Amino acid sequence: MKLVTAVIKPHKWEDVRSALEMVGVTGMTVSEVSGYGRQKGHTEVYRGAEYDIALVPKIRVEIVVEDEDADEVVISIVDSAKTGRIGDGKVWVMPVESVIRVRTGDQDVAAI
Amino acid sequence: MTQTVNNGDTAWLLTSAALVLLMAPGLAFFYGGMVRSKSVLNMMMMTFGALALVSILWVLFGYSLAFGDDLGGGLLGNPEQFAGFRGMLTATSGGVPVTAFAVFEGLFAVITVALISGAIADRARFGTWMVFVALWVTVVYAPVAHWVFDYSAGGHVGGWLANRLHLVDFAGGTAVEVNSGAAGLAAALVLGKRVGFGRDPMRPHNLTLVMIGAGLLWFGWFGFNAGSALRADNAAAVVFTATLLAGSAGALSWLVVERVRDGHATSLGAASGMVAGLVAITPACGAVSPVGAILLGGVAGAVCALAVALKYKLGYDDSLDVVGVHLVGGVVGTVGIGFLATRVAPSRVDGLLYGGGVDQLWRQLVAVAVVLAFSFVATYVIVTVLERTMGFRLDEEHEVSGIDLVVHAETAYDLHATAGARTHLGHGGGSGVLAAITRHESDERG
Repeated sequence: MKLVTAVIKPHKWEDVRSALEMVGVTGMTVSEVSGYGRQKGHTEVYRGAEYDIALVPKIRVEIVVEDEDADEVVISIVDSAKTGRIGDGKVWVMPVESVIRVRTGDQDVAAI
Repeated sequence: MTQTVNNGDTAWLLTSAALVLLMAPGLAFFYGGMVRSKSVLNMMMMTFGALALVSILWVLFGYSLAFGDDLGGGLLGNPEQFAGFRGMLTATSGGVPVTAFAVFEGLFAVITVALISGAIADRARFGTWMVFVALWVTVVYAPVAHWVFDYSAGGHVGGWLANRLHLVDFAGGTAVEVNSGAAGLAAALVLGKRVGFGRDPMRPHNLTLVMIGAGLLWFGWFGFNAGSALRADNAAAVVFTATLLAGSAGALSWLVVERVRDGHATSLGAASGMVAGLVAITPACGAVSPVGAILLGGVAGAVCALAVALKYKLGYDDSLDVVGVHLVGGVVGTVGIGFLATRVAPSRVDGLLYGGGVDQLWRQLVAVAVVLAFSFVATYVIVTVLERTMGFRLDEEHEVSGIDLVVHAETAYDLHATAGARTHLGHGGGSGVLAAITRHESDERG
């Protein structure tokens, strides 16, 4: 099993969700996060005082998938989250040792 | 003093008093939105605390200090004469109950002292603030209100600025705006800068709250200014119009300055410019034509938009720009009367630009200088004494962790259900937030 984590632009979230549904992903964990990379932050002005705001709001999507599905899920996220401009985000994949469904006690692939 | 009561005038005066009261929550929202989320409740509490305390002190002795018979030199009223509103309950003056006038004026005292709180946001101990409020209203506001607002009539002798200098100040450009602005500067200087001032971002945490507050302030300001006519008459309508126009012109001119200087017209700029225009028209609303009100409000909006940058250059932390908006705007408005006053307006005085020469101008300048100097020096002394005796400035550690939690044991917003709160119903001494903080600290020390 793999954990696919994606950090994307907030306004691309609906596109990414639709694309993931198309490839059969039935659930995910989504969080509102903030951070910065090459995009850096932005400037805000209050009564003439400029503030550099370093952190940019992002959406983090986490999905646990079977090994053979990982590539397809990653491609689908990358395609649907892409705007071609700086700040589009990142997707990465990590191995998962075990998964348990809390309600039934199902384990690993059965719990996905 | 037993005349008949004019129902229309009395109704307008009582309504105006309620409108001025609405400026207190308005100011609390206006200021509260501008601070960081960790200190919004304290910011609002400074205004609500002042409202509750000053209302009572005003009836007990404040009104008498300001509007009692002069004790000598036009400097102070007799504090015993109307103590507890003694002898006033059936009295009328000018067709309105004296009590209605007295509570109306009391709410001016509330808003004036509350304005000062913006200069010392995030870092003032609440108990000491309340002591400061009582002292300041007694030692600074009541005397200045006597000088500016207490007109001699019949056998009554009033204050020196109004009756001897013949200052034109319709609703308090000196007594309210310059007074609170100079006091704010003194308080900010004595208490010092907030931790991280000029380094950490201290942007407003809720600008929608600021806009609501600005709207309530403007609404209340119609009572503040047009109510000061003390009658529901032509003068009140002229003043009402000036109040509308100056707020509008102030908002527009502040936005133009921002657009040119920073590239963007901001919501905070619109709210601030509106207040700057209203501050400037406060003394002048009875002295200028409608076009004069547009000019004065416009000048104030632009000048104040530039003046708020001074604190970064000069290095004082007037956190919410009480100096840049109220002191500077109050000076613009009060001195502006010397230029823009016209005989056709209710105050019946001509300024320099209307052929009146410099006669009114120098009177306005003297009054501004006197009130500014008195308020600054007296406030500087009061705040210094309180800081050295009770302690006024919050501990640095508590200021950083947030004054709402440390001083009031509250946080303004519960946005996360996962905060891990547990309930201890009733009062078991050691189970509160403060106890938790204290325990935490002693753990660290231990």
